[in-house]
Amino acid sequence: MINKLVLENLKYRWVRTLGSAMIVGILVASLITLIGLSRGMLEESASRARGIGADIVLRRDTGATNGLQTGQINEKFLKLVRAQPHVAQAVGVLGQTVEIITVLNGVNIPEFEKFTGGFHYVEGGPLSGPDDILVDEPYARQKNLHIGDTINLVNHNWRLAGVIEPGMLARFVVRLDTLQGLTENTNRLNQIYVKLDDPKLTDTMVNQFNKTFTGDLKAMSLPDFLAMFSINSIGPLKIFIKVITVMWVAVGFLVVFLSMYTAVVERTREIGILKALGAKPMTIVDLLMREAILLSLVGWIIGIGLALVAKQMIVAIAPASLNVINVPDFWPWAALIALTGAVFGAIYPGVKAARHDAIEALSYE
Amino acid sequence: MSSAPLADPIPDIIQVRGLRKVYHTGDVDVEALRGVDLNVKRGEFVAVVGPSGSGKSTLFHILGGLAAPTSGEIFIDGIDLRKMSESERTQMRQRKVGFVFQKYNLLPTLTARDNIGLAQSIAGITTQPIGFDNVLKMLGITARLDHKPRALSGGEQQRVAIARALVNQPAILLADEPTGNLDTANSNAVLDLLRDLNKRLGQTILMITHNPEAAAFADRIVYMRDGKILEKGES
Repeated sequence: MINKLVLENLKYRWVRTLGSAMIVGILVASLITLIGLSRGMLEESASRARGIGADIVLRRDTGATNGLQTGQINEKFLKLVRAQPHVAQAVGVLGQTVEIITVLNGVNIPEFEKFTGGFHYVEGGPLSGPDDILVDEPYARQKNLHIGDTINLVNHNWRLAGVIEPGMLARFVVRLDTLQGLTENTNRLNQIYVKLDDPKLTDTMVNQFNKTFTGDLKAMSLPDFLAMFSINSIGPLKIFIKVITVMWVAVGFLVVFLSMYTAVVERTREIGILKALGAKPMTIVDLLMREAILLSLVGWIIGIGLALVAKQMIVAIAPASLNVINVPDFWPWAALIALTGAVFGAIYPGVKAARHDAIEALSYE
Repeated sequence: MSSAPLADPIPDIIQVRGLRKVYHTGDVDVEALRGVDLNVKRGEFVAVVGPSGSGKSTLFHILGGLAAPTSGEIFIDGIDLRKMSESERTQMRQRKVGFVFQKYNLLPTLTARDNIGLAQSIAGITTQPIGFDNVLKMLGITARLDHKPRALSGGEQQRVAIARALVNQPAILLADEPTGNLDTANSNAVLDLLRDLNKRLGQTILMITHNPEAAAFADRIVYMRDGKILEKGES
């Protein structure tokens, strides 16, 4: 019967219920979209790294996790790596961040194509001039770019030479020497990708590289490198998401608090009736708590719906710039966050209601 | 909780001796009840009549366990109210007393049936008492049970409120101006029902009213003024 009363109370004041649930829903949708966007962008980067087909990745031994810093390795290490046993091929890459975590990569095209088997061109062809650029198909589609168009990145005008299939190295690819010059990173690289003559030796060679180049280079297998493309591996992003989560719990708390507080004031007489019927203070608190929990669960469901709609809109508007993925594994966490806000938001109004004097409450107009 | 009643050869269901109630408002003490003595026998229908400020509502609230007395002795169905904690008074309201208010006080979000069911739910009772269907028939609300209060007339709402007050088979039914919001026809219907419930079911009823015509439906009228019982007489 208490559950029925909870449901009927929410239905009876459906405008406030819907309004409060919508606000909770928008908060939940924002959080789910943020997580989906973060993971989507990172997974996309990981996918591109995977597409290179390397066995081992070498970077400057700085402890940095996202590998996007430029000019960290002297190009001389590329020759030293190539001289190591079981190294079939090695190729160096210089990256320059241009949009959020999207990177403009400079490579030695002949070496890189030999390493990877070459780009798959949807339109146009390989880089020919020093200012030529390759972009992937989603970006070209989003920006409606065609061969010969000019693209300005890192304050430089590039001529679009080719549109490539996505999933290898980067969204933008230019000549290594041009990018080194533009970013004042002459003879410098960010990463060296290594292909072994026997992939089964990967772990052995990772250890060997780390012994040989200790203090200069840090080697890791490709799976270990890809595992770093997660929110938990990127400290600032993890902190940002935590801060946002705390803020949204606080906003959710305030929404439920105001909704429940108003409900308690509006329903003073009803609380008096319940007390006259013998309802214990805990029953009153329980009643309001259940209302708040139901409200937040409705908001959670609305939030999931809004997040799915937001994802479709983002994919439609910016397929290349923003890669959002569905994160159903995060939905229970979003529910927990919404519930936390709701439970804390209902405590004070619940206690206030439970402390109402029955006689005063019954005379409330 | 003591169960030792005052020494009295007749088992009264309500026994009040020297009841005082003082409200503290700021620095001022307001004495609402100044030594009330009252006995009500099981199965009796008593009307308490008095003007505004006479203390009858305060008496109603104390007898119903909604307020604690300042001093005096009160036994309801053998239970000493003075020694009751807030929690025990809450429990008493679940089963020992049933309330009927002037403004009906039904929950607007629930149907008549659910309003009645809620009183049972709060008391932890899961089954409807035997014969309660007959009470509903007597009250004439059987066909209106699935309507919400806004779809019911004032008279119907008050009859639902009476059903709610009776569903847990309380020792006493306390009615506070039960006809105060009703027209004459509905008032007479409700008062007839209260008298029927008293006569046919033996329900003890204590009714607060300022209306002598309403009080005339009771077996006995008790007059109050300035926080005291003035006189007692048969109606």
